[in-house]
Amino acid sequence: MPNYTYIQWILFLPLASFLLLGLFGRKYIKTTSGIIATLSMLVVTILSLYAAYSYFSAAGAHQSITALQYTWLPFSPGMSIDMGAILDPISVMMIVIVSFVSLMVHIFSLGYMKGEPRFGTYYAFLSLFTFSMLGLVVSGNIFQTYIFWEGVGVSSYLLIGFYFDKPTAVAAAKKAFIVTRFADLGFLIGILILSFQAGTLDFNILIQRLTTASPQLTHITTTTSFLGISLLTWGLTLVFIGGAGKSAMFPLHIWLPDAMEGPTPVSALIHAATMVVAGVYLVARLFPIFAISDPGALQVVTYTGAFSALLAAVIACTQTDIKRVLAYSTMSQIGYMMFALGVSGYGGEAGLGYMASMFHLFTHAFFKSLLFLGAGTIIHLVHSNELSDMGGLRKIMPVTHICFLIACLAIAGIPPFSGFFSKEEILLAAWHSNKGVYTIGLLVSGLTAFYMFRLYFSIFWKKDRWYAFAPVSAGGRLHPDGPPTMQAPMVILAACTVLAGFVPFSKWISSDGAPLSTHIDVLFSLAPVSLALIGIGTAAALYRKENGGSQKIAGVLGGFYRASYRKFYVDEIWLFITKKIIFNGIGRPAAWVDRNIVDGLMNGIATTTAKISMTIKGVQSGKIQNYALYFFVGIAGLAVLFIYLWK
Amino acid sequence: MNEVPLSHILFLSTALFFIGAYGLFTRRNMITMLMSIELILNSVNINFIAFNKYLYPNRLEGVFFTIFIITIAAAEAAVAIAIIINLYRSHHSIDVEDAGEMKF
Repeated sequence: MPNYTYIQWILFLPLASFLLLGLFGRKYIKTTSGIIATLSMLVVTILSLYAAYSYFSAAGAHQSITALQYTWLPFSPGMSIDMGAILDPISVMMIVIVSFVSLMVHIFSLGYMKGEPRFGTYYAFLSLFTFSMLGLVVSGNIFQTYIFWEGVGVSSYLLIGFYFDKPTAVAAAKKAFIVTRFADLGFLIGILILSFQAGTLDFNILIQRLTTASPQLTHITTTTSFLGISLLTWGLTLVFIGGAGKSAMFPLHIWLPDAMEGPTPVSALIHAATMVVAGVYLVARLFPIFAISDPGALQVVTYTGAFSALLAAVIACTQTDIKRVLAYSTMSQIGYMMFALGVSGYGGEAGLGYMASMFHLFTHAFFKSLLFLGAGTIIHLVHSNELSDMGGLRKIMPVTHICFLIACLAIAGIPPFSGFFSKEEILLAAWHSNKGVYTIGLLVSGLTAFYMFRLYFSIFWKKDRWYAFAPVSAGGRLHPDGPPTMQAPMVILAACTVLAGFVPFSKWISSDGAPLSTHIDVLFSLAPVSLALIGIGTAAALYRKENGGSQKIAGVLGGFYRASYRKFYVDEIWLFITKKIIFNGIGRPAAWVDRNIVDGLMNGIATTTAKISMTIKGVQSGKIQNYALYFFVGIAGLAVLFIYLWK
Repeated sequence: MNEVPLSHILFLSTALFFIGAYGLFTRRNMITMLMSIELILNSVNINFIAFNKYLYPNRLEGVFFTIFIITIAAAEAAVAIAIIINLYRSHHSIDVEDAGEMKF
């Protein structure tokens, strides 16, 4: 077995970069901070790729390898919080994705964030995020996962609110933090239930104890608790709620579209490729428990995922903010990954959904970060997020145009781009397991093609218009496609988007570690691909030229269109729940108790003391004869008491 | 010999004590107050002597205490008069009502 201790550098370098830039980035190493962070990310990426190479080139089924382990906080024998790194197929895949996309975003930001006053701070936050995310994916201990889980939450909060002088960004940052934090409460309770019942916090032991016949398993499945549901189902569902919060599943998705207030490269890294898939990763990490011991909880995953995919796809069709469309598309694709996990079984051919989900996670990371970087370049040029401010850009920014088109084709599932392969596997897994979910998946894939090409045609075709910038040909300084630091990551990601589908993914990653053989069935592919083509065709007919067709359709759909445009009022429902029910039902009574009973007790003591002292202060009159009289009366009283009354 | 009974002497000392106390509480002149305190102390002295003589004629503790009290009274008179002089210097008065600053 090769030595994997160099994994520690993968974790240490981003942390060091964060500390260095966080402490000195604002004053001393302002301009070079981007270079420092990018170089450290480059080293991390090379190490990750090397780790992946040595891990996957080993013969036989892929085992879980503990690369580093350090007991941080022992509670009782067998129960301790360990810090460390484990390597198994999904964690190796994730470190490659995280470090690679992070590197691309670091490079892109060199151009995109140039001239930003808080450049060093920005890179410090990016490094903090990368560190937390890498720590999260390599974690072998569920509590370590939780710690880094909160770490990515914090860095997401910091980066969404990076432009803190913009009130909407501050509100979005708070919303993201509060919503995910609310979901994390479920995660924490789930951790406590599972680890307490299994008597361990270590993933491998936890999975082993809760999937094979053991006293812990018998106890956790037979003990019924709240609502007559077994403890195991509750534990797994609560863990899934945490994952759903981070992965923006309905109904906890409301923070993701608002999170687009952050800088666009951040959206590419955090809110498209890495952090938001943490929930999928978490379910995949605990997948054997879900699949073997508790199919009921897996049903919850399936239907949440399928419903979120559909809802987000419908909303994405009507949004006009380019980043919001991409945000809803992210949510929809994550829903795909979720239901792929949900329809999967464990081991062998039944584990196809698991493989497909991870495969989609892998390909999605490339094309979605590419889409966001492309959107970043466009916003960089146009200085607006609104689709109505764009049009005809294909002639002005050819590089972005090609990259964006490749990504759109990939996400729409057109062969031979990467999205096609992963989506096929997901639909195949759904077909074998649940026809209803398969139908939803098919519908969503058509909708995906439609809204992505609606975006594409609205940005790059539609109407030609004049933009307030001077192109290079006219002697201007700004290249419309952005500086090379912005073009290079897009081109690299576009290449990955084209090639990622040909990675022999199923050989490497499967639910039980044993290689799985997959093949593409042309007849099966016919339905989704033709649906995608219909979607593209519709989008082309409506948006390629400005012909008013889209407005007509919106008019026909009427109420449904407006509901979708208003995101089906989920935000309003949440606001109603929080403001009208929680604030009035819990917040106000609690505030009343605090103000009147807790504070009232303290204030009462104070006022009573003050009143008493006001009334008796006259005793201290400053007249010495009065004092002597009191003294005399007191002594006389005591004398009477002791001599006559005290028997 | 017809001895004076103890109760007579105790009546005397009690009367003396209350006369002193009354003077202490009612007189505003500090020297008069000092004199009242002397009366109180002397009433106590009479008590000590009387009990010593009537109850334990063979012992001397009561007499000793009396001598102590006389000594202390002398010292006290010196200190009190010093205070009164200082008060007179600062307030131009030896009326106790005029020195009422130490109040709430």
